[in-house]
Amino acid sequence: MALLQISEPGQSSAPHQRRLAAGIDLGTTNSLVASVRSGEATTLKDKQGFDSLPSIVHYSNLGIEVGRHAREHAISDATNTIVSVKRFMGRTLSDVQATSAELPYNLSATENGLINIETRAGKVNPIQVSSEILRPLVALASDTLGGELDGVVITVPAYFDDAQRQGTKDAAELLGVKVFRLLNEPTAAAIAYGLDHDDEGVIAVYDLGGGTFDISILRLNKGVFEVLATGGDSALGGDDFDEALAQWIYAQAGYNGEHSPALQREISHLACQTKERLSQQDTCELSLHLPCGSHWQGEISREEFSQIIAPLVKRTIMACRRAVRDAGIDNSEVQQVVMVGGSTRVPCVREQVSNYFERELLTSIDPDKVVALGAAIQADILAGNKPDSDILLLDVLPLSLGLETMGGLTEKVIPRNTTIPVAKAQEFTTFKDSQTAMALHILQGERELVEDCRSLARFELRGIPPMAAGAAHIRVTFQVDADGLLSVSAMEKSSGVQAAIEVKPSFGLTDGEVASMIKDSMTYARDDMDARMLAEEKVEASRVLEGLVSAINDDGHLLNEEQLKPIKHAMMELEQAVQNGELSTIKQAIAACDEASQDFAALRMDQSIRNALSGQSVDDI
Amino acid sequence: MNYFELFAIAQGFEVNLVELKHKYLELQRAVHPDKFANASERERLLAVQKAAQINDAFDVLKASDTRAQYLLELAGIELAHETQTLKDPMFLMQQMELREALEDITSASDPEQALISFQDEISGFIKEINGQFVELFAKNDQMSLGKAADLVRKLKFMLKLADEALRIEEKVFAF
Repeated sequence: MALLQISEPGQSSAPHQRRLAAGIDLGTTNSLVASVRSGEATTLKDKQGFDSLPSIVHYSNLGIEVGRHAREHAISDATNTIVSVKRFMGRTLSDVQATSAELPYNLSATENGLINIETRAGKVNPIQVSSEILRPLVALASDTLGGELDGVVITVPAYFDDAQRQGTKDAAELLGVKVFRLLNEPTAAAIAYGLDHDDEGVIAVYDLGGGTFDISILRLNKGVFEVLATGGDSALGGDDFDEALAQWIYAQAGYNGEHSPALQREISHLACQTKERLSQQDTCELSLHLPCGSHWQGEISREEFSQIIAPLVKRTIMACRRAVRDAGIDNSEVQQVVMVGGSTRVPCVREQVSNYFERELLTSIDPDKVVALGAAIQADILAGNKPDSDILLLDVLPLSLGLETMGGLTEKVIPRNTTIPVAKAQEFTTFKDSQTAMALHILQGERELVEDCRSLARFELRGIPPMAAGAAHIRVTFQVDADGLLSVSAMEKSSGVQAAIEVKPSFGLTDGEVASMIKDSMTYARDDMDARMLAEEKVEASRVLEGLVSAINDDGHLLNEEQLKPIKHAMMELEQAVQNGELSTIKQAIAACDEASQDFAALRMDQSIRNALSGQSVDDI
Repeated sequence: MNYFELFAIAQGFEVNLVELKHKYLELQRAVHPDKFANASERERLLAVQKAAQINDAFDVLKASDTRAQYLLELAGIELAHETQTLKDPMFLMQQMELREALEDITSASDPEQALISFQDEISGFIKEINGQFVELFAKNDQMSLGKAADLVRKLKFMLKLADEALRIEEKVFAF
């Protein structure tokens, strides 16, 4: 008989209680949330039974609408209805104006280049809009799973740079949601198919959505996912199939009259429906009321439709060819081809992709859901619900990080495809006597010239001790975490002085902006900011306590009673603070716990390193 | 803890790469930040730093030139960020000749054969340098270590040539 475990009074019990986690596919056109329940990943459905939420946000005097309701305003109130905001994430105004033709929005830029969209409800930026899309998804997950989420995994395109990744994470953090990890979309799709269980191989992920096309080539090697190459076309998708078919319908119907918005809409709708039917059946009947009063009827075969979209499909194959070449492999080396995105249901697309890679395709999982499902599986693992899982996702840096040097050139500090997390230090010296400050400009990209790379941040190092020119040695450390996000620290070596760094993210948010955005979102939600912060801090406190209890249970033997005392004392203080419910005391108590357990944490880390290698010899391998 | 100790392998130039990779993955499984998704901020930060250190250690140990450089560093000879150039006219002359040979490959009557023999030649040089390094490094006196440092500089030249030959291979075999 199993013995009943009794925990100390006040300490959290059931350390193996199931944690609530969800995976979110924050898409350009549609977004979904999924979770692992009873061992299986499924997408979550809202009250109306929909599991996909159109990534559309409508701002009006009455409030904010998201999804289907927002979509109803897409034409009638285009200026205030933000569609495909993902394209704006981490971009500058000039980037967006260069790539998108005519946008119905009133756009402006903040001081550091971030895009602002002028709506009837005031200025909003892409991070805020994305956070509005996440809000109902997070709420749906909490409602379905029956409690506050412990954390989420959010997917991002593999080619997303630091600014785009940071923006995505900020969007979740605005809602007070913990992000376990940002996961590359193609990696998520591969996980959904369980390809991480394969020993090694090259995987192509072909992702054709409504308005974007991405191709990624991944290499899997003993649990390590490496992105070898990415490519695609950010303005090519299933909507273009509809448009091509609509043109054909106009021609067949012999209609030369005015293309009124109402007629356009009807024909687009008809085209979309026909496209979907032709994935199931060989021919499809068409019927259309024309404005002149006449009625047109026609028929289209799957073969005819394939010919209409052939040039578009060919463009995707060309992009696949380029990606395979960039990956430095031969297309016969690709062992698995994963199909993602609703438009990969079109038979002609599957045929062409299968022909190109000379492989059967992986299509058994719904292509609209596969990314969210993979994210859910990873979220479940990261939440700690699958302690036996030995999957290890080692991502690589998608784009090189570098610094501006003399003459507008970039010097690479961390090259692309370096396995992350990574830390690299670079040393600098002063140019003039008694120089106490220094400016650094951090860039991301592969090109030589500063102007061709993305500016990530400008840093000012201050507080360098005055010395002769060239005498100060400033060591700047660049650290990229597992999400691909950069942080920088600096130190003057000879004096040991930690130089103060003032970060001015080029396209991200300053701390001030984040604070004011949180305040804004509070006003919208008519929530009480203090109450929310207190609730969040309490959650953090229980996380800290729970973590320490299980750490002491597992590894308490690493410390003697004397060393354990201050930790236990700090824990008691924290429990007391939580009970008293005063925000600043809880904060202090968490910091104190953190401080008291610092050495213990380091000891534990060293022990796990020793354990990892213990009892292994060459013969075991 | 130096990188060899971190991976619990013998400190030396000869490294079993299969064992190294295996241990690398075991270490990452133990410390990767994903294992600490639920832990406190401090533990997460610690995990990021450890995982970054293990990635760096693996990068250094897996390639022969960085591994040799690291061994010298542990012996007190710093090669990183150095401004000192190689003062060996014979070697530099040979480099220029090899460079010319590399450029001529694409226009050779049989480029594939020309490339293969070039690559064989380079890997022969690399083997030779590696052998000399092991000998000199074992002597462990200041003069031998200084010579060993020169060998690492030469090794870097040779590896660069091998790398460029690979790029030409893509062109040659694409015809």
